[in-house]
Amino acid sequence: MTPPNELSRRGMVVKLGLLFNGAVGVMLGVPIVRYLLSPVIRERRPGYESWLSLGLLGQFPEGETRLASYRNPVANSTDGETANIPCWVRRVAGEKFQVFAINCAHLGCPVRWFPQSGLFMCPCHGGAYYSDGSRASGPPERGLFEYPYKVDQGKLLIDAGQMPTTGAPTAKLINISAGRPPCA
Amino acid sequence: MRLIRKVGGWFDQRLQCATPIRETMEHPVPRRTASWAYVFGSAALTVFVLQLVTGILLALLYVPSAGEAWNSLQILNHQVTLGWFIRALHGWGSNFMVAIVLIHMVQVFLFGAYKFPRELTWIVGILLLLLTLGMAFTGQVLRFDQDAYWGLGIGASISSRVPVLGPWIVKLLLGGPIIAGATLSRFFALHVFLIPGSLIAFVGLHLLLVLKLGINEWPMPGRIVRRATYLQEYHELTHKDGVPFVPGAVAKDMFFSGFILLCIAACAVYFGPFGPSGQPDPTIIQTVPRPDYFFLWLYAVLSLLPPSMETPALLIGPVIALGVLLALPFFSGEGEKSWKRRPIAVLTILLVAVALGTLTHLAGYAPWSPVMDAWSGEPIPAQYLKGRTALERQGVLVFQAKQCHNCHALGGAGGKRGPDLDRVALDLTEDQLIRQVIQGGGNMPAYGKNLSPPETTALVAFLETLHPTEQAPARDASREADVGTRP
Repeated sequence: MTPPNELSRRGMVVKLGLLFNGAVGVMLGVPIVRYLLSPVIRERRPGYESWLSLGLLGQFPEGETRLASYRNPVANSTDGETANIPCWVRRVAGEKFQVFAINCAHLGCPVRWFPQSGLFMCPCHGGAYYSDGSRASGPPERGLFEYPYKVDQGKLLIDAGQMPTTGAPTAKLINISAGRPPCA
Repeated sequence: MRLIRKVGGWFDQRLQCATPIRETMEHPVPRRTASWAYVFGSAALTVFVLQLVTGILLALLYVPSAGEAWNSLQILNHQVTLGWFIRALHGWGSNFMVAIVLIHMVQVFLFGAYKFPRELTWIVGILLLLLTLGMAFTGQVLRFDQDAYWGLGIGASISSRVPVLGPWIVKLLLGGPIIAGATLSRFFALHVFLIPGSLIAFVGLHLLLVLKLGINEWPMPGRIVRRATYLQEYHELTHKDGVPFVPGAVAKDMFFSGFILLCIAACAVYFGPFGPSGQPDPTIIQTVPRPDYFFLWLYAVLSLLPPSMETPALLIGPVIALGVLLALPFFSGEGEKSWKRRPIAVLTILLVAVALGTLTHLAGYAPWSPVMDAWSGEPIPAQYLKGRTALERQGVLVFQAKQCHNCHALGGAGGKRGPDLDRVALDLTEDQLIRQVIQGGGNMPAYGKNLSPPETTALVAFLETLHPTEQAPARDASREADVGTRP
């Protein structure tokens, strides 16, 4: 029969073993969790969003809305075509623009511009928007997402880099219904 | 023969598993469970094995890179010998698997099999259902085409509505700020490692529970489940009136599994593989994204819910549904098993089936979506042009040019977003038509800024002609009294 103090020593060793493995587990766990959270952590550093050129002003006739596209700033070689992001550019007059995200404010499907009726229509759930991006009808609760823009050396630049979604902070900043004028 | 027995004996001396395997195969089951109603679980397992095999075969050639995935699917479809067939087997296998898992679940529910002592079997089954649906969605993403790309966009948009954490969840889901290479890679990891691994583990647990607790007996009306007596009753049922699972009950399982495999192969040969549709190039916006069959009902829900209800329904609805399913064996763990004495259970199944069926049917032709090319692709029926004045015909041109046809059908063709206009003149007077066109309202955009006064006049003149010849258009009686001219 084992004396009681012998038993407690063995129990102690087992407990120490568990503690040791727990400590190693935490040591390994922290970098693993950080690795998994990298898409979120990276957001705090600059780089997700930057000023991107959509081309020369001459490409965008006054009073018309044209499809433009840009290469996403954080693209890498495996992204292929998916890093080419389209957007709708409306040249209101002179250097006054509106640049709309392609994504419907409802659930992100690509909206199409119909110049004849002056409407953006979404093929998924039937959202429609007027030419200034404000909601016309359908399930969206707000207007189209709008990118901040500036004109520099005859080029149209927009501040972009993230897929606009309803809950994103950037989406709130550029909410049309808030009446914020696009930056110039 | 003697050699085989000798080799077998050599292995069994070391593995010592022949006896437990024989005991498992020959374990007694209630006589009536050797029934066609009990074949769906084994069929789901068979299709799962088919999915594992065809999945590994596809992984031999599939390239999980956003730039290359679509091309590798084209190569599988068109260049690799019988690559199209393996893709078709995997695609149809997934449809069959979702369907069989759902049928299995309905059968288990109607037969009261979730009651004591099989609560945990049911809960593991719910997890298996979720994992199966997870495989279906992630599999659709790996078919990296336009539907997959915009489907991910919809998934991200839904996730972004989660309060506070939404934007983070979006980035974790996409693996970055946009749908791109990292997104496909993580869905590949989910579809190929994480979810199948969990499925194998939970299928094992599910089977272990079925073996430990025994297959559910055929429910007899009036035979009540009580925690105190059930185990004893079940033991008597299996040992006094039972049959060994092999060969007593396994034959129907085998025939049904073989039949299902044959059906999948037949569908694969006849219908071929699913897609891929257009390239996953977001700059190609001439696309009408649609989810795969088993998520069409959700697509319909998202279109038909009032906008203010959407976010709560999307975020709270699944939690409630899951909670009810998980809690079911705990608040109804005893009592009647037979569906003949459980009318509410039968009604629930019928209600859910009718609801899902109706929503899926609606999503098939999506009356809420504008038909994006109706204005250029659907002609006006000839009878609406015959004998019309120049002004009315000018109105027809306005109708087409301003995309009215995308949302309004004429002669059955065109969009269903707005009402059909074949009889619109019966419902609205001229003034009401003008107001509706210019100001919009009800779900219609206002066209005031995009129609000149002559265009509006022409359009309304055309709309005024849209009524059956034997019925006069709607009139404004007060106006008529003043003018006194119209018949």
